[in-house]
Amino acid sequence: MIDMEQPLIFEQDAPGRCGVDLPSVPAHKSRLGNRKRKGGVGLPGLSEPQVVRHYTRLSQKNYGIDSVFYPLGSCTMKHNPRLNEKCARLFGDLHPMQPQSTVQGALEVIDQLAGWLKTLTGMPSVAMSPAAGAHGEFCGLAVIKAALEVRGEKRTKVIVPESAHGTNPATAAALGFTIEAVPADATGRVDHAALKAKLGPDVAAIMLTNPNTCGLFERDIRTIADEVHKAGAYFYCDGANFNAIVGRVRPADLGIDVMHINLHKTFSTPHGGGGPGAGPVMLAESLAPFAPVPYVVHDAKGFRLVEHAKDAGSNKPFGRMKGFHGQMGMFTRALTYILSHGADGLWQVASDAVLNANYVLASLKDVMSASYDGPCMHEALFDDRFLKDTEITTLDIAKALIDRGFHPMTMYFPLVVHGAFLIEPTETESKQTLDAFIAAMRDLAQKAKAGSVEMFKQAPRFTPRRRLDETLAARSPILRWKLEEALDVSGKNAA
Amino acid sequence: MRYLPLTDKDRTAMLAKIGVASVNDLFVDVPKAAHLDGPVKGLPLHQPEYEVERHMASLAAKNITAGSAPFFLGAGAYRHHVPASVDHLIQRGEFMTSYTPYQPEVSQGTLQYLFEFQTQVALLTGMEVANASMYDGASACGEAVMMANRVTRKNRAVVSGNLHPHYRDVIATMSRMTDFVADLQVPSPVAIENLTALIDDQTSCVVVQNPDVFGNLHDYSALAASCQAKGALLIVAVTEIVSLGLITPPGAMGADIVVAEGQGIGNGLNFGGPYLGLFACREKYLRQMPGRVCGQTLDADNRRGFVLTLSAREQHIRREKATSNICTNSGLCALAFTIHLSLLGEAGLTRLAETNHAKTCQLADKLAALPGCKVLNSSFFNEFTLELPKPAETVVEQLAKKPILAGVPLSRFYPGDKALANLLLITATELTTDADMDALASALKEACQ
Repeated sequence: MIDMEQPLIFEQDAPGRCGVDLPSVPAHKSRLGNRKRKGGVGLPGLSEPQVVRHYTRLSQKNYGIDSVFYPLGSCTMKHNPRLNEKCARLFGDLHPMQPQSTVQGALEVIDQLAGWLKTLTGMPSVAMSPAAGAHGEFCGLAVIKAALEVRGEKRTKVIVPESAHGTNPATAAALGFTIEAVPADATGRVDHAALKAKLGPDVAAIMLTNPNTCGLFERDIRTIADEVHKAGAYFYCDGANFNAIVGRVRPADLGIDVMHINLHKTFSTPHGGGGPGAGPVMLAESLAPFAPVPYVVHDAKGFRLVEHAKDAGSNKPFGRMKGFHGQMGMFTRALTYILSHGADGLWQVASDAVLNANYVLASLKDVMSASYDGPCMHEALFDDRFLKDTEITTLDIAKALIDRGFHPMTMYFPLVVHGAFLIEPTETESKQTLDAFIAAMRDLAQKAKAGSVEMFKQAPRFTPRRRLDETLAARSPILRWKLEEALDVSGKNAA
Repeated sequence: MRYLPLTDKDRTAMLAKIGVASVNDLFVDVPKAAHLDGPVKGLPLHQPEYEVERHMASLAAKNITAGSAPFFLGAGAYRHHVPASVDHLIQRGEFMTSYTPYQPEVSQGTLQYLFEFQTQVALLTGMEVANASMYDGASACGEAVMMANRVTRKNRAVVSGNLHPHYRDVIATMSRMTDFVADLQVPSPVAIENLTALIDDQTSCVVVQNPDVFGNLHDYSALAASCQAKGALLIVAVTEIVSLGLITPPGAMGADIVVAEGQGIGNGLNFGGPYLGLFACREKYLRQMPGRVCGQTLDADNRRGFVLTLSAREQHIRREKATSNICTNSGLCALAFTIHLSLLGEAGLTRLAETNHAKTCQLADKLAALPGCKVLNSSFFNEFTLELPKPAETVVEQLAKKPILAGVPLSRFYPGDKALANLLLITATELTTDADMDALASALKEACQ
């Protein structure tokens, strides 16, 4: 990392300077009426070399998978193959509203990816348009709500384990459901008895993550599915952790009715600093008719989009999730990834992801406190019991890891253990990398126990910025640059 | 398999460390009946790069790309030139392969560009604050209505008939699923809507678009004043972000929330996604705003730095009490936007917007002169509605065979609406050449005879 100050683009402004060349404006009779913008926008003028250097330097202040081990639990930070990028760009110059006869290849990509997802999950239908995991959750619960309406039932509750991603309760609440939280049992799985007690005629669905956020497979899942169905409710699976079982276990065989898949996790589309993602939703036969528009169908004339409920025949689409047809750029990348691996490669993906996580668990459990007994699935969960009486926290360990050249694991999630360390190595890491990480973690654990408090509290020391004051940021938010609040380039005397 | 580093020797050593005989032993918690005994049957096996590339290229060859024909489509997705440096920079691994900046000390690159992005969005829209982006313009619009419901504690949204139909449909879907009333108006390229008359004491917001879906420009100042007087928020959607280089921004008209599709700057057409939802609002509503926000702060050495902030609104902290269920934004699309807009700057954006407008004026004049064709707009930016003497969809299909990609027939959005069946939505941008315009004019003349 280059520790070099990089002023904001607004601080590099020279009025009139421009990084693009455009010819003079052709003669025309204006049709703006009196709607012309008065005054300038306030954008800075930079040339292309300045812009290229600026963003190159900014990039160098980031950790990414390309440069470091990035074991962010639950996020599946696996290698992003560059072939995916190349192939995605083959479909970059297509307008979503072109005549469908001119985009048959694009529609076929969507259809092929849908086909793979259906085969890999064993589920008969998929809604492709949701833009991310949480968007997929909304879609999945909306499908359930629509199905319940048709059944003429008013079910108001959704059961969500306490270990779930925050998006689960947030989504269910957005759809007007009441959340029934269920604790984890002593083995890190959902408390089966507590769950069973909550089931009843007012429960619309259960949202269960499997493998769960403790990195464990829900052993009782088949029984739970049967009980949920018996109660007349639907079984929603948060598929964020599908990476652990892809190609080895088909969710349909577990009794799941709805499951979203994060293409940016299991199928390696880039996380891009926080998006864009894609969250196709797999649907059981009974729910398939309620999938939102648009969707692709294939008939004698080729591929065709169904864009309106009135064209959906006997289906009853619940509505529309977003503009146009879904995250096409993610579909092409995911399909490229899947074709590269094939059925055998995907089997190996799940195998190596689980092997790597168990290797980390086995190699650290004597110096850190593993929250649950193994085997784990794709991620290993520890808590902060091993830091008892040291004054050192999970956060301190994370910051110290940064100084060792690793991106930290997920911290303080899941909420069911104290001071969580959720480590997800993924299958694209070598044993050498894992060994280096394990050695660093062991060393930090031992230093923590030996009382090197100062070293931890000072970390990170070798980064472009030291620890940042998040309280200050939230107390008096500065969310944009303003001339009157401008700082000198060194950043001294800030705020 | 080229993406998997473990060797069989590694695997053996690791299994020994774990203390199990095989990987299958790690899957003991999976019910036996659900555990496949080998790779899924009936699917192809792994392939070399060149085979996969050949497959994808063969699919791509079945398309007619926008750049290979005279091209006039818009309707919420716009084809502008994206400088080569943009795609190069967003593919830097440090940007592309990072995630949400949970660890700010090693994410200052992402955080600083988000701060720049938020500033650019606020400036463009004329608003006080902006978030770090959303999925796309349509979903941002749905979130804006939900936010207005929270802010006003009312639950009826008045939605202009001239809002992009996908934005309208997302609002209608959210209304059905999250229980508020959406009062949807009828689309018309020529009628003047009286939305003020529809505001009552239960109205949380009025949602309008500028330029509207037919390309017309509006001054919403009076509507903003009515909203304010009646305690409703004015939400203005902008589907062509480049327009704000030339036309009055929603903030200057008194908008409370502005949502926009940012695709037109920095991002290609990509067959409709991923796109870039822009979201800006007045500062006083900040704590009800959905989505991620980046803020400035200081580090332990008192140096300026950036962090994600105001996360007390968000689902990972608030769970069922969050302002929105959204977790991700459109990070990499936001980066492309920010880089392209940095290249454009004040001078470039203005020139780009003027060029778009000028070309569209030229095209409108040319097509208005065709027998039987009529431009319905009295004002527009880079898109207008052309009335044809016959169904637009037929004409578009006919021209596609040439190939000329003539525009978006409104029947694609509003099937069965006879009043709109002959209407064609046409866009010109800086990429439209004189030869393109001549080709369209002569093909339309022929098709409409």
